[in-house]
Amino acid sequence: MRAVIALPLVWLGIFFLLPFVLVLAIALGTNAPDSVPPVALGLSFANFKLLFTDDLYLAAWLISLRIAATSTLVALLLGYPMAYAIARAAPARRPLLLMLVVLPFWTSVLIRIYAWMGLLARNGLLDQFLRWTGLAENPGTIIGTEWAIHLGIVYAYLPFMVLPLYATLEKLDTGLLEAAADLGARPLAAFLTVTLPLSLPGIVAGCLLVFIPSVGEFVIPDLLGGTETLMIGKVLWDEFFTNGDWPLASAVAICLLVLLLGPLALFQRQQARSLERRR
Amino acid sequence: MSDPIVRLEGLTKRFGAVAAVDGVDLDVVGGELFALLGGSGCGKTTLLRLLAGFETPDAGRILIDGKDMTGVPPHLRPVNMMFQSYALFPHMNVAENVGYGLRREGVAKSEAAVRVADALTQVQLTDFAQRRPAQLSGGQRQRVALARALVKRPRLLLLDEPLAALDRKLREGTRFELVRLQEELGLTFIMVTHDQEEAMSMATRLAVMEAGRIVQTGSPREVYERPASRFIADFIGHANILKVPGGRWIALRPEKIALFAARPDTAHAFAGRIVDIAYEGSRSLCRVALDDGRTILASMSDDAFHRGQNVWLGWAADAGHPLEA
Repeated sequence: MRAVIALPLVWLGIFFLLPFVLVLAIALGTNAPDSVPPVALGLSFANFKLLFTDDLYLAAWLISLRIAATSTLVALLLGYPMAYAIARAAPARRPLLLMLVVLPFWTSVLIRIYAWMGLLARNGLLDQFLRWTGLAENPGTIIGTEWAIHLGIVYAYLPFMVLPLYATLEKLDTGLLEAAADLGARPLAAFLTVTLPLSLPGIVAGCLLVFIPSVGEFVIPDLLGGTETLMIGKVLWDEFFTNGDWPLASAVAICLLVLLLGPLALFQRQQARSLERRR
Repeated sequence: MSDPIVRLEGLTKRFGAVAAVDGVDLDVVGGELFALLGGSGCGKTTLLRLLAGFETPDAGRILIDGKDMTGVPPHLRPVNMMFQSYALFPHMNVAENVGYGLRREGVAKSEAAVRVADALTQVQLTDFAQRRPAQLSGGQRQRVALARALVKRPRLLLLDEPLAALDRKLREGTRFELVRLQEELGLTFIMVTHDQEEAMSMATRLAVMEAGRIVQTGSPREVYERPASRFIADFIGHANILKVPGGRWIALRPEKIALFAARPDTAHAFAGRIVDIAYEGSRSLCRVALDDGRTILASMSDDAFHRGQNVWLGWAADAGHPLEA
């Protein structure tokens, strides 16, 4: 019994806590380009200070939060009708529809984002199609813009929105909607007063599952975004691999983690509450 | 008879090849407590759902107050329903549940508050206004559902098995409570039930349904004493269904049969032996095996005879009710 509990704790200790302590130690050190690894350990808060004083980092934070927030909203607006339609589909068809939602996971996200590059690139498939239909002579491309980043994030994380929403909508008793209609609620009013509040746990879970990883997203802004859109995940990558500044990159990582603690705690609490309610 | 509040004309609803409701004609007048009685699958709940607007008929018309309601969506019908599962909104407290219909109507907040308080008083739930449905007992939930429907002052209240989810003791008290409210408020109730005792004790009039059709309509006494068919005679209360000379059938209620120690001089007299006695409080029901092989149920108001005893059964010439089918 004790071993069963100890095993995951040991696992978490070695593979999560220990690396975290290492990253924290590096973040408190200073850059030493000539040594291996390029860090001089110490107890300096200079890296953190820089993060909060240099406009570049602050801007990257704000851009990341903004892009994550708008992408989450778009994913919610797209995912809710999808989840609703699946939950209201004939029971025999639901497994197929759900499988279609998770089907993209069978391919690595990296490859799928590369596929988007091919689709959106200048003279890419979309361009060729638009020219062929005669809709646009010289369509140009959205690659390198924030539009492309939003598109990529919404595309990649939509299943994380649909699945928790489906789980709450599927459980919704349709008798409640009949009761609402019987008491004089038009379909829209019934949706707003019954369906929407009762699916709130699914909305919160779906939004957090999309928002949290989106904030630190690196692959999508790197491949689809331009140089002027600096999301914090990309800044981290640049500091580490391009500038070779391990301590500063570590400080960015720590700040990212701290920033997401709030939403993560919210998610945990909400999950625990919905578990309790089910009991 | 005054103009009916509800008139159904040739109402038909099919699910696939099965006609759940099959050409039903029915009038219900104001102030009635009308019961739709039948076994499971007889179409009584579908009929109620057609009235509420949750199902669309395949043929026929529904008139409420003389207005054609066929095709009118549920939220525009002057009808409210009390659901078998109660369908209370779990995210609202009792007062919010009861006030829901008034908010949809756009009733002013101050007036709505008064009406909600009145409705809660009517069902004795004033102290529970702030509770969530999950914090209530089954009986309390049933009363919230009732208050939620009553507060709208509907022309017609539909009740789908209103007592089915309650335990026996509570069910009997609630029967009287529902009848009292219906009379005091002067409302029209249409109630669906599978429980013939419930229908008999509450309804002013009832319709017996079988396979999507109404097979008999009448007051509880009429249906009990003059059942139209063998099915109804058997479904409602206890009945002996006997073949009489000429190939006709009659229904003979146990209380029309008397037990005697010696051959009585009644119009009909048969000898037999008591094989079983079921004590039912005010009376006992005896199963008597006649010498000719038939088994008859007779009711006994004292304990003059005991099991295994040889007795005579006697009944009057007009005790049996001839059945048409």
